[in-house]
Order: sequence, then structure tokens, then C-alpha cells
Amino acid sequence: MAEVALAQPRDLPVGPLHRQGVGWWGAGTLIASEAALFAYLLFSYYYLGAVNPVGWLLEPAPDLSLALPNTALLLASSVFAWAGESGVLHRSRALALTGFGVAFVLGTIFAVIQVFEWKAKTYGLGTSSYASLYFVTTGFHMAHVVVGLLILAALFLWTVLDYFSPRRRVVVSAGVLYWHFVDAVWLFVFTTYYLTPYLGFGR
Amino acid sequence: MKAPDYRTPRVGIDSAEHQAKLYRIWETAPGVKGFFTTVDHKVIGIRYIVTAFIFLALGGMEALVMRMQLARPNMALLTPDQYNQLFSTHGMTMIFLYASPILSGFSNYLWPLLLGSRDMAFPRLNALSYWIYLASGLFLYAGFLTGNGPNDGWFNYVPNASRPFNPGLNEDFYALGMVFLGISVTVGAANFIVTAFRTRAPGMSINRLPIMVWGTLTASVANLIVVPAVSLAFFMLWMDRQFGTHFFDAAGGGQALLWQHLFWIFGHPWVYAIVLPAMGMVSDGLPVFCRRPLVGYSLVALSTVATMILGFGVWVHHMFATGLPGLGLAFFSGASIAITLPSAVAVFAWIATIWHGRPVITTAFLFFSSMILLFVIGGVSGFMTASVPVDWQLTDTYFVVAHLHYVLIGINVFPVVGATYFWFPKMSGKFLDEKLGRWNFWTMFIGFNVAFLPMHLTGLLGMPRRVYTYNDYPGWATLNLLTSVGAFIFAVGVLLFFVNVLKSLRVGAKASANPWDGPTLEWSVPSPPPAYNFAVIPTVASRHPLWESRLEEGGTVSSLDRGLLLDQGKETIATSALDAQPDMILEMPEDSYAPVVLTAGLSVLFVGLLLRNWIAVGVGAVIVAGGILAWLWPSRELREREPEVAHG
Amino acid sequence: MSNALNSSPLGYLDAAGTHAQRILPLTLYTLVISIVVCVVITVLLWLAIRRNPVDSRLAVHEVPVERGGNGLRWISVGLSISAIPLLVALVWTMMVLAAIASPPKKPALVLDITARQWWWDVHYNGERPSDAFDTANEIHIPVGQPVLVRLHAADVIHSFWVPKLSGKTDMIPGQTNQSWMQAETPGRYLGQCSEFCGYQHAHMQFEVVAQSPAEFAAWKEAQLRPAPDPATPEAKRGQELMETRCGMCHQVRGTRAGATAAPDLTHLMSRKMIASGALENTPGNLAGWIDVPQSMKPDSFMPNQDLSGQQINDELAYLETLQ
Repeated sequence: MAEVALAQPRDLPVGPLHRQGVGWWGAGTLIASEAALFAYLLFSYYYLGAVNPVGWLLEPAPDLSLALPNTALLLASSVFAWAGESGVLHRSRALALTGFGVAFVLGTIFAVIQVFEWKAKTYGLGTSSYASLYFVTTGFHMAHVVVGLLILAALFLWTVLDYFSPRRRVVVSAGVLYWHFVDAVWLFVFTTYYLTPYLGFGR
Repeated sequence: MKAPDYRTPRVGIDSAEHQAKLYRIWETAPGVKGFFTTVDHKVIGIRYIVTAFIFLALGGMEALVMRMQLARPNMALLTPDQYNQLFSTHGMTMIFLYASPILSGFSNYLWPLLLGSRDMAFPRLNALSYWIYLASGLFLYAGFLTGNGPNDGWFNYVPNASRPFNPGLNEDFYALGMVFLGISVTVGAANFIVTAFRTRAPGMSINRLPIMVWGTLTASVANLIVVPAVSLAFFMLWMDRQFGTHFFDAAGGGQALLWQHLFWIFGHPWVYAIVLPAMGMVSDGLPVFCRRPLVGYSLVALSTVATMILGFGVWVHHMFATGLPGLGLAFFSGASIAITLPSAVAVFAWIATIWHGRPVITTAFLFFSSMILLFVIGGVSGFMTASVPVDWQLTDTYFVVAHLHYVLIGINVFPVVGATYFWFPKMSGKFLDEKLGRWNFWTMFIGFNVAFLPMHLTGLLGMPRRVYTYNDYPGWATLNLLTSVGAFIFAVGVLLFFVNVLKSLRVGAKASANPWDGPTLEWSVPSPPPAYNFAVIPTVASRHPLWESRLEEGGTVSSLDRGLLLDQGKETIATSALDAQPDMILEMPEDSYAPVVLTAGLSVLFVGLLLRNWIAVGVGAVIVAGGILAWLWPSRELREREPEVAHG
Repeated sequence: MSNALNSSPLGYLDAAGTHAQRILPLTLYTLVISIVVCVVITVLLWLAIRRNPVDSRLAVHEVPVERGGNGLRWISVGLSISAIPLLVALVWTMMVLAAIASPPKKPALVLDITARQWWWDVHYNGERPSDAFDTANEIHIPVGQPVLVRLHAADVIHSFWVPKLSGKTDMIPGQTNQSWMQAETPGRYLGQCSEFCGYQHAHMQFEVVAQSPAEFAAWKEAQLRPAPDPATPEAKRGQELMETRCGMCHQVRGTRAGATAAPDLTHLMSRKMIASGALENTPGNLAGWIDVPQSMKPDSFMPNQDLSGQQINDELAYLETLQ
């Protein structure tokens, strides 16, 4: 008589606990898709840069005086977002609110500075393919930053409402993961537009 | 009172009270509210299937009009503009609005039943992917029906798609509509991936998944990664057209080939995504009619994944004539020849299954087995075009049109019709008429081959694609007439299929839970299944739970009658990714308006973009943002936040 | 049908040029392999279905389930056998590619062909400017000598294809692609645009005329000459009409008609076809084409002229002199 397999699990978590939950996986797939989007944007840059003659780069020596500090700001905001999640993990409402709040502020400053940078450019969307790519790529990134800011604001609000705890925090993890993703994308975009010209690409 | 964070779920057997309890928890409310808020994967699956078949019919009618124009040389039934919109809309409809959604529909309906689960991982997202599909399909057809249909072919090369050469709204409808549709595909793909890895029955380890799950999973991973490429391309096109950017025009430093690269980086994996799930349906259905398990399960599963992986590396074979350097051409030609090998694994596995089985000739079997031949014909013509020099003669002739119809109709439509005959009893509790089914099959099979087999010759005789008329060169007139006649016969066959479905829904013979004596889990629940699918979550011990006693594989057997009851709410079980060990009780969301509201917001947004009405865009964006916020608001029922602490 | 196989003007199962001749055996090889595979699979499928017949009165669930034989060998043997013709095709492909992909190092003739919606602008290069000339839609080449074609596109993507002489190469705005052809036998070879390019893609054909070197030289000499002065009053009126109306788009060397948006008509009557291969070059067709081009090639860029009967006669009288 063959043995019957019968699953009799004990003490299963009910709903998402800690970081485990289908919602986290869902955020992961969304991030994968958006990451692919940026990969294709950067592919377009490298492709057009390679087939166009020298002079395609409208800024052979891109100005880093705004972009570099701005990058640091964004990285710092990720640290604060991580701190915010840490606050939820360790039941410190103060740390959580500070983390999300400061991350939100830093992210907003990043966005404002970026807008200033756009306005200071001597070229516009329709100037050339380089310009079009620059504005559309950083523009898409900006859109993701705005979404991330809305997420941080929501996390802030929900923390005020005492929604989370060390066990019930998958929403926080997913949201903070998204913010880290926005940060990581920026590193790639920054490197491509601001650093590779110094390394010789397009020159 | 705080609900417990952990629970040992009760194990038991089914009973009338248990079913009644589950019914109350899972059943969608009737009426208009239920219609718009349901998240039941079976309802969503059927909606996908019905909508996709409607688009199939529309695309088919577009084809028939074209075949009337092309039946004789130099006919003037259509103007060039009308013809161009017809062939472009036909391609768009079939490839985007039929071929993928039909497979999403079957997968949506079947997956939880195949996997032993009560729903997909993200039921609301499931509803959203359908509503967006419907809305974007209507958006795209609004263009066509107002004389502004796409007119540059389904792959839409620039600069012909750019503003100077295409000033009307045609390309704006197509570009924005495709970005809109892309959202549906992406969220659908995310749902399939997470479902496959997280919500299976206990014991359904990765090597016990039905091949259809492998097929749709592979297609979903691919879609997740490549849909952004085409969405970006269409977005860039829309920007070039509306905002004067220079992605594609040479004068501004752009490149026409950038479009082709981005499009085909998406396009080639896409064509595998619209056949691999269908191949999975054949791999799961054919063995039932051969009364034995599939030969070479592991190889077939692996070859599914291998085909898709290789499929990422062949896109340039759509661009062999564009003047790329020889080394690149050689690489892509080699990869394109190599990719025939993993595809061939499935063909041999199927033939072996029939050979070593006892085939019972039913209509489903006829569709599943005939597709093997059509697959091979389409595959070899693909092999011919994989060789660069040969492609330099074959490409852009009717030879390629023959090839693509053999692979698309042979590896998507025929399996889909077979799948309908196979799973219709499960979905409706009735059989499709077998006698009418034979007529259906033979008219489709004969009509299709009369239409498209001679087309290989038409192509070898040099007739170019996408021409609204042609001269009376030797052979062309006869071959085109033959194709047109075949097309109409094929259309009659498709009509017979629809008639069979409609008729059988009313008066079909009653079907039991397992009318075909099939091996997989969907046949262990009633036909049609109740809203909650499984009263008792099964524990799976093999690939063929319902055949275990017959196959005598030894070892453990599955438990179908006794298992997790999961009746403390709207619940299903989550399991680990590879071994399917239960690791969480998942609380599932109730029916919700959020998906349809979000779709409405997106529709307003996209119409606003089309008409450049920025107020509408703003309104749409606000609705979307609000909708998402409401949707993602942490819910106590779903255990996304702590409940309030009771006072006193 | 075998007649059709060899006489379809755009068919490529017979080749008259070196480029196409090198491709043809590989095409036939892959075609034969493909047909053989289809026949074999059909036979196997048929045998597989017929092998273990089941009583047709039995329903599916009445036929017992059995594990059946291990069929894995089908896959291993099938793959192994399939791999061989694939490998041959792979190697042969690389060999042909290496042989024909590069244009000739020392072409006898260099042509710059610019595709426009919906005609072919052909420029013959010469060592001196006085040796260069433009023509349209009918390309003459000397037999047995390699001809380099540089391919340009003025508006959208087109594709240059003369099936009996060589495979296709796309013409893409913003880049110059190269192809080559070498006719081995004299004759007229039809060409077709092979990338969808808008309304009249269907009527964008051209002819390549391969002639003996002597005939080619004579043709070239004639093409270099400007248009003669009209002799008759009708022809004079026709020339005036040409200069004031047609000259908005067309060029006739030796007159004041000097625009380049449309085909060069200096030697219009030396061509067999007009309207980019859409019509035979007969007086009737010519008259219709000039007056109501939209009825013959709808949505092309030549507007209807609304000419009187006498204007048409005068025009034809003048055009007759453009040999």
C-alpha cells in the first residue's frame, strides 16, 4: 500500500510577516521591469553615441558641480530610508519617522536641483538626439523619483497611523526597496551621462 | 482582539458545510457590482478568452478583405491607404490583441487549478491586466474605425512612421495604444511569475509542474524584461512626432535602426512568448489522448527555457538586409540556426508520446497532433530564413508571410482550438460537439494549408510583401487565387468553431469532473469548478496525481481528499519556490473596484495624451495615483498592518 | 509551373548574376532539406497515430492508462540527426557570406542610387564631372563586370532588390549601404523595392539591363548628351510646357527644366517602362500618366495635370524627341 503524502504544516505565518510576502515579490518584478526600461534607455545612448561622429556629445566635459553633490544627496536619502525601515524593525517610531521624513526631504531637494540643472542647460529636448536622450532619460528617472517620494510620504503617513510593527512591515520593505532601486538607477544614469565622457566615450 | 500571527492550519476532508462556508467566502456578488469588481481568476480568464476570440474574428475579417483585393492581379477594391491600414491592423490585432491574450486567458483560468491553489497570487492585479487589455484594445480600434488605423505594418519602421511621412493620428493611436497595452502585459507577467513560484499546492515541486506552467512562466519572464523595449520605442516615436525629439531621424543625430533594434529586441522574444504557452498546452493535453505521460518531461521543460534564452539572442535576424557588418550577421545567423534544436525537442517528444501511446482520435487530439506538422513546416521555413544569404532573397517576400502564418496559426491557433475542445468541459460542464468538431477541424486544416502552403511558392517566385496589388507575372495570379480561396475555407472552419462553442454552451452533453480521465489536478474538481476551486488543498506527490494508481510509480501517492481546509477566511497556501513546502497562509483580497477605476483613469490619461489635452492627462494621472494609493493602502484583512489594540 | 519557376521576373530560383548564383545552391539545399524533413515528419506522425489503433467506439476514459515505452531515444536520435543538416547549413552559410558580403575591390562601374518615394534616382559616376549623369528607374550595366552600387534613401527606408542578380540590401536615410551585382548573361532583369515605404511601394520597380560592353558604352554616350532642340512647332510648345510645368520637379538637361525632385527625363524614350516600372512606355500610357497620374498610381506625388487635348499632343511630340 503506497504511502499517502499529506502536508501537515505547523505554525505557519498568517499573511506577510517580516519581509516575506507575495507583495515583496510583486515589487521585485515591477523593479525588474523598470530596470529593463532604463537598460534600454542607456543602450540607446551607447548605440547613438557609437554611430554618431565626434561632436555628438553636447557636453564633452559635463559639469559635475551640481550633479555630483546631488548624487550624494540621493545616496544619503537611501541611507535614511534604510534607517526608517530599521526604525520599524526595532519598534522606534521616532527613527522610522525621521528616516522616511529626511529621505523624503533629501529626495525632494534632489528633484529641485535636477530641475535647476535642466533649466541651466543650453540645449533643449529637440536640439539633437543627445539632448533628447538626456532629457528623456533623466526625465524618466525624475518620474520614478516622484513616485518614490509619494511612496515615502505614504510610508511616513502610515507610520504616523501606527500601521507597522517588526512583524507587519512588508509594505515598508517593498517601498524602501523601490527607493533603493531609484537610487541605483541614478548611479547608472549618472555614470553614463556624466562620467563616461571623461573616460573617452563619444570623444 | 489581535488575530494570531501564526496558525497551524486544520487538515481534514470535504463536507457539505465546509463547501457552503467556502462558497460564502469566495463567491462574487451577482449583478453589476460583481461584474466590475470580481477578482475570480476563472471569470477573468474567460473574459480574456472571449475578448481575444472576438479580436481573432476581427483580424480574420480584415484578412479576408485583403484576400479579396489580392485574389486577382490589379484589382481596385481597396485604395492603397485602405490596404495599408488593413494589413497593419490585421497584424497588430492578431499578434497583440489575440495571440498573447488568448494564452493569458487560458493560463489565468487554468493555473490555479493546475497548481492546486485557490487563486493567482495577485487577484486584483489579474483583474487590472484584463481591464487594461480591453481598454487598450478599444483605444487601438478607435483609431482603425475612424480611419486612423496603424498604416506602417505591425512593426512600424521609421521614418515612414514619423511625422513628416505620416502626419495623421494613425501612428499616435498605435504608439500610445501599445504603451497602454504594455502595462497589461507587464502586470500580467508579474502575476504569473509570483504565482508560479509562491502559490502552488504542497508537494508540487518544480519538476512536477505541468508544461503549460513552464511555458507561460518562461514567456512571462521574457515579457517582463522585453516589453519595456517596445514601450520605450513607441514612446520615443510619439515624442519624435509630437515634441520634436530626434531619436530616429538622421538629421538630428538619430538612427532609423535604433527603432529596429529596440523593436526586435522585444519582437523576437515576443513571438516565442506567444507560442511557448501553447506548446505547453499541447504537452499537457496530447498525452491525455495518448493515455500515457509525456515522453521526456524534463527535456521538454528545459528546452522551453532554453528556447527563450536563445530567443533573446537572435533579434538581428529580422534585420539581415540592413547593412550590418558581416561578423554580427554571422553570429545572429548561427544563433538563429541553433535555436531550431531546442524547438525540435518538443516535436520529437510529442511524436514519441503518440508512438508509444494509444492515441484516441478526438477533435482535441486532431488539433494537438496536426499542429506538430504545421510547427515543423513553419520551423523549416524559419530555418531557411536563418541563413543570411538565403534570407537576402527570401526576406520581405511572401515566403516570410507563409512562414509566419505557419508558426503563428500552427503553434498558437491550432493548439488553442484544441485546448478549447480539451478544457471546455471543465470550464462549462458541457462537451463541445464532436461531430461538428470534425467538420471544424478538417475545414480549418484543409483551408489553412490551401491558403498558406502555396504561399511558399509565391514567395520563391518573388512576390513582395505588403503590396496592395500585383502584376500578372507567371504563377502569381493562380497562387494568389488559391490562397484567397483557402483563406475563405479556413474562415468557415473558424466560424464552425465559434458555432460549436455557442451551440454547446446551450445544449452540449453534460461533462463530469474528469471526462477525459486526465492526470492533473484540474480534473479533480467539479466541472465547472466552484469559486474556491479546491475545497481541500491537495498534497501532490507526482506529475500525474490522478494517474498514480495506474502508473504504479511506487513511493508516495498524492492526497486529494484529505488536506488543508483553509476556511478561516479568504485563504490559500503559499509554498516555497522549488520544493513547494507550505510556508505561509495567504489572505486573499476581496472583490474590488480599484482595477476598473485605475483602468478608467489610465484611459482618460491616454486619450488626453492622444489629443494633447493636458487637463485630461492631469485628471487621469490623479485618478491613477488615487486609485493606486487606495489599492495599496495597508489592509488589516490582508495582514499588511497591525490591527488596532482593543481598549478596555 | 516549372516554366513559371524560371520565368517569373522576380523569381530567384534561377540566377543570372554572380551574387545570386552564389546564393542559389544554398537556397536549394535548405529548401530540399526542409521538404525532406516535412515529409519524414508527416510519415512518422501518420505511423505513430496508426500504430496502436484503439476501438473507435471507446471513449477516452475507457482506454486504460499505461506508462508505455521509454521514448527518450526519439529525442536523442532526432536531435542528433537534425543537427547534421543544420551544421552543414551553418558552415555553408558562413562560406557564402564570406564570398559575397564584401563589395568588389575593383568595380568596373560605381553607381549611386537614391531611393525616393516611389522611384529610383540613379547617378552614374564618372572620372570627370562631364562623364557623370543622372537617370531614373532603368539601370544599364556592362555584362560580366562587377558593379558597385552605393545605396541611399532620401525619405524613408527602401530596399534594393534585383532577384536574378543579387540579394536585397536596405536603403536607410542617414547611412550609405553598399551592394554589388555582376550579370553573367545579357538581359533585362526586374527589380523591386523590398521594404514597405508607403502608398506606392507596390509600384516601385526598376529594371537592370545588362549589355555587352560595346552596347553599354553606346548607351552611356547617348545618355550623356543633352536634349536636342525641338524642331516642330508642337514640340516647341511641348518644351515650353515642360519647362514651365514639369520643370517644377523634373530635369531635362539642355532645357530650363532643372529640378531634381522627380526622375530625370532627358532620355525618357530610351526607357522601356515609365512610372517606376508601373507602365509600359507607350504613347497611350504616357499620355495617361502625364495627365492623370493619380488614376494610375494613386497617392503618388505627381499631381493630375488637367491638360487639354492639344497640350497632351504637344507634350508627347516633345517627349518623343527625348531619345
